[in-house]
Amino acid sequence: MSALKRLVCVQCPLGCKISVELSDTNRILSIVGNRCPRGEEYARDELENPKRVLTTSVRVLNGEYPLVSVKTNKPVPKSLIPELMKTIRNLKVEAPIECGSVLVEDVLGTGADLVATRTVRRAKG
Amino acid sequence: MRIAVIGAGVFGSLIARELSKYDVDVTLIEKNLDVGMGVTKANSAIVHAGYDDPPGTVRAKFCVLGNSMYEDLSKELDFEYKKIGSLVVAFDDREVKVLMKLLRQGEENKVEGLRILEREETLAMEPNLNPAVKMSLFAPSAGITEPWMVAIAAVENAMENGAKLILGEGVVGFEKRNGRIVKVVTTRNRYEVDLVINCAGLHADEIAKMAGAEHVDLYPRKGEYILLDKKLGGHVRHVVFPVPTETSKGILVLPTVDGGILLGPTAEDLPSVMKDRPLTTREGLSKVKENAKRLFPRLDLSYVVKTFSGLRPESPRRDFYIGRSKLVGNFINVMATRSPGLTAAPAVAKYVVEEIIQGEIGVSLTRRKDFNPFRKGIVHYASLSLERWQEEIRRDPRAGKIVCFCNEVTEKEVIEAIKRGARTLDGVKFRTRAMFGRCQGNFCMPRIMKILERELGTDMSSLTLKSENSWIVDGKVRE
Amino acid sequence: MKVDVVVIGGGAAGMAAALKVSEQGARVVLVERDERVGGILNQCIHNGFGLHYFREELTGPEYAERFKKALEEKDIEVLTNTFVKALDVREKKLVVVSEDGIRILETKALVYAAGARERAFGSLMVPGDRPSGIFTAGVAQRFMNVENRLPGKRALILGSGDIGLIMARRLTLEGVEVVGVVERLPYPGGLLRNVIQCLEDFGIPLFLSSTVVEVRGRERLEEVVVAKVDENFQPIPGTEKVFEVDTLILSVGLIPQIELLEDLVEVNPTSKGIATSNLGQTSIEWIFAAGNCTAIYDLVDYVTYEGEMAGKYAALYAKGERFGPKVAVKAGENVMVVQPNWYDPSEELTLYVRTRKVIEKGRLVVGSFEKTFEELVPSEMLRVKIPRRHLNGLSEIVVEVKEE
Repeated sequence: MSALKRLVCVQCPLGCKISVELSDTNRILSIVGNRCPRGEEYARDELENPKRVLTTSVRVLNGEYPLVSVKTNKPVPKSLIPELMKTIRNLKVEAPIECGSVLVEDVLGTGADLVATRTVRRAKG
Repeated sequence: MRIAVIGAGVFGSLIARELSKYDVDVTLIEKNLDVGMGVTKANSAIVHAGYDDPPGTVRAKFCVLGNSMYEDLSKELDFEYKKIGSLVVAFDDREVKVLMKLLRQGEENKVEGLRILEREETLAMEPNLNPAVKMSLFAPSAGITEPWMVAIAAVENAMENGAKLILGEGVVGFEKRNGRIVKVVTTRNRYEVDLVINCAGLHADEIAKMAGAEHVDLYPRKGEYILLDKKLGGHVRHVVFPVPTETSKGILVLPTVDGGILLGPTAEDLPSVMKDRPLTTREGLSKVKENAKRLFPRLDLSYVVKTFSGLRPESPRRDFYIGRSKLVGNFINVMATRSPGLTAAPAVAKYVVEEIIQGEIGVSLTRRKDFNPFRKGIVHYASLSLERWQEEIRRDPRAGKIVCFCNEVTEKEVIEAIKRGARTLDGVKFRTRAMFGRCQGNFCMPRIMKILERELGTDMSSLTLKSENSWIVDGKVRE
Repeated sequence: MKVDVVVIGGGAAGMAAALKVSEQGARVVLVERDERVGGILNQCIHNGFGLHYFREELTGPEYAERFKKALEEKDIEVLTNTFVKALDVREKKLVVVSEDGIRILETKALVYAAGARERAFGSLMVPGDRPSGIFTAGVAQRFMNVENRLPGKRALILGSGDIGLIMARRLTLEGVEVVGVVERLPYPGGLLRNVIQCLEDFGIPLFLSSTVVEVRGRERLEEVVVAKVDENFQPIPGTEKVFEVDTLILSVGLIPQIELLEDLVEVNPTSKGIATSNLGQTSIEWIFAAGNCTAIYDLVDYVTYEGEMAGKYAALYAKGERFGPKVAVKAGENVMVVQPNWYDPSEELTLYVRTRKVIEKGRLVVGSFEKTFEELVPSEMLRVKIPRRHLNGLSEIVVEVKEE
């Protein structure tokens, strides 16, 4: 006996429709429908430990804008997102910030870095 | 002489301005955070010719008189007024009979220039009108304006001439001595007065009751409207009415002063508990659409910019109720100022000041020698010639920074509006037309909030749309 | 100022166009009315951008930053906070206004890349009060991601387009309770990926075949009434549900911004945007257009491609090259939107197609070209390159999707 689980890959906007064949002990027998290897990885993760890239903002001090947008540079466990948000909420960084610079390394031990996704210069004056 | 005027709609504002011509101490008390934001804000914006009010009524008298004052008033106060004329259109013999009645009524009311037009002439003047039209009544003296600007301009001019404006204070009572009012009590203060003029719009009956003066019961008559985009500008050239019904002038179609098209209003009598709830309804808006389509079948109703509703202060007498109280000697009512209130207001203001205060009550007022009748409106830089605009930008670069893209409003205009008293988003919107265009503020609203924040030295979270509790944003994403 | 090409709009399309013009060795100036280039990308801090164009997944600001850097490196003149007041078609002149004054730009070609605006609440004719607390998704997004402000405490979202779904997640992450997303269609308007990661991940309910029938609140929004709709989108009496919310977010569609050109050039009848050829050329030969002002695209990558195309051909036009003749491209069976409006054989035809309805299996037919697709939905745009050989000799190109 085996069961078929259907997923939509969220790794990119293509949204591949992936079918995962599961054994009666919930072991993955086959994965089809993905157009790239990330799809297979997604399907495995989604059934075992779903992961997402987190995007949000961090407070900037003395910047031209009050916020710098950030992301985790790889998907992090979905279950850790509330905890991550708590950390991020308490974070303050000083301008200037370069787009791509790492604000927190290995955030909460996820293996992912928290990276600035825009450049924020120092406020004038 | 200390005079309090309660309510800063068109009536209160124009009366305060009329009073500011004299050497008196005028205080205009308004419960909203800005002037002209009650009944004045949402109506058909028409300066009526004066043929539909039954001869002998107070409204007929003041409508024709008020109409004749608008031209000069708009020049003195620098608000937009366009005398585009109106047409009442008849589609069958029964309606033609009504036209004839209106013509006779108008002539009796001394409306100038009224004329019956045949079908061809009607269609030549209004080419997109339903060709089934049989005849029309043309009134060249009818016009359009921006009602809130009449109030705003009048108050600015009154203040320039010494009047005081109190915003955000509702009148909650009066202190009386020997049957006369000595103090007006508001939600925040007490004002010593010698004379009170009640122009509180829909709430004027409640104010009169508080004062122990005569009143008529007021109830709201609701009118729903649809505003169409400037894109359709030119499709309608005059104020076009169907023949009137028992209760109203009907659902009409007219251009707005800035080139859009306004459809409406419905006429629905509501209980007095609904005085502050101008709700739009599915039925009402459908009715507006259907009726507008009957007049202008080719009107493209996919160009809706916004829908809104206004309330007119109606009374069972169906006429204005204006006069000095017999019970309270220093109290004057200007009440039940339903349509054509906007048109009548300048004439009523003059009447109240000259004939009631100086005549009937016998107060002798001295004219101020230094009264300045002129007020300059906020300059819309994008409407200037390029040479003049260039000069203005050289003088102040902010006149070159467009913040509202739809209506081409600059930062300088927004700052000027704030200087002149705008404290809310609506305050900026109604003074400058920023956020009034087709995107409805979706580009400029955050920008304008930042200007308000900076100019008022306040935090964005304390800014509101129109009233104390109409907050826009709530706290920060990150402290 | 005299230039070869003026680009109006510094969003994704305009930045790409300006870079291409400069790559062709022509002199370009980019005019942007906002304080910075990047357009709406600046506030789209979520990811999902760039997979086609950069072959990696970026957030909106990162995607914009790559183009901003390139503009700086190429030393392309950018006029920010500058508004185009008027366009003189005969003289090929533009009047632009900024704090520096009024300037006249004389040009040989123009790329119009004004983007789109959001359908506003006012045009929806929703009955009820007119309180504060009703925002388009873009305004709410700007408040949150740029101005550091929260729009409210409890929100309902009308419209399940991608922006609406993304705002549902964004609000939830920042502690605003999202009570649901309301969609009048029987299926979600945005990508399935976003339904999963923005709604399902957070347990936010999606109410399909439903709409907002009334808003209540004298000052700030207090209640929103939602009802089911029938197949003609008319509310079904008796199905009303009241949500106590202080915030209503609208994601009810984008409208191509065509204001400056709308009375001058032809409009694409299917997209209501500016009609262009596959080179980006409009019905006035020296004026080109690209991006969301021509049709609303699903992906910014597509907008970039089309911006580049318009930039390239505007530059060539400025240098004296002429193109054409063009063949009309028309929407046939089951096609709601097709972009471009004309095919110019100078370049291969890349078609963007949106179907009129959900089609389980459909065959796209263009000239002698045929290709079968599965699960076509109006909310997901097809992008298909049609090789020249399939279009030879056609006097008109009809694009259709046959149901199989």
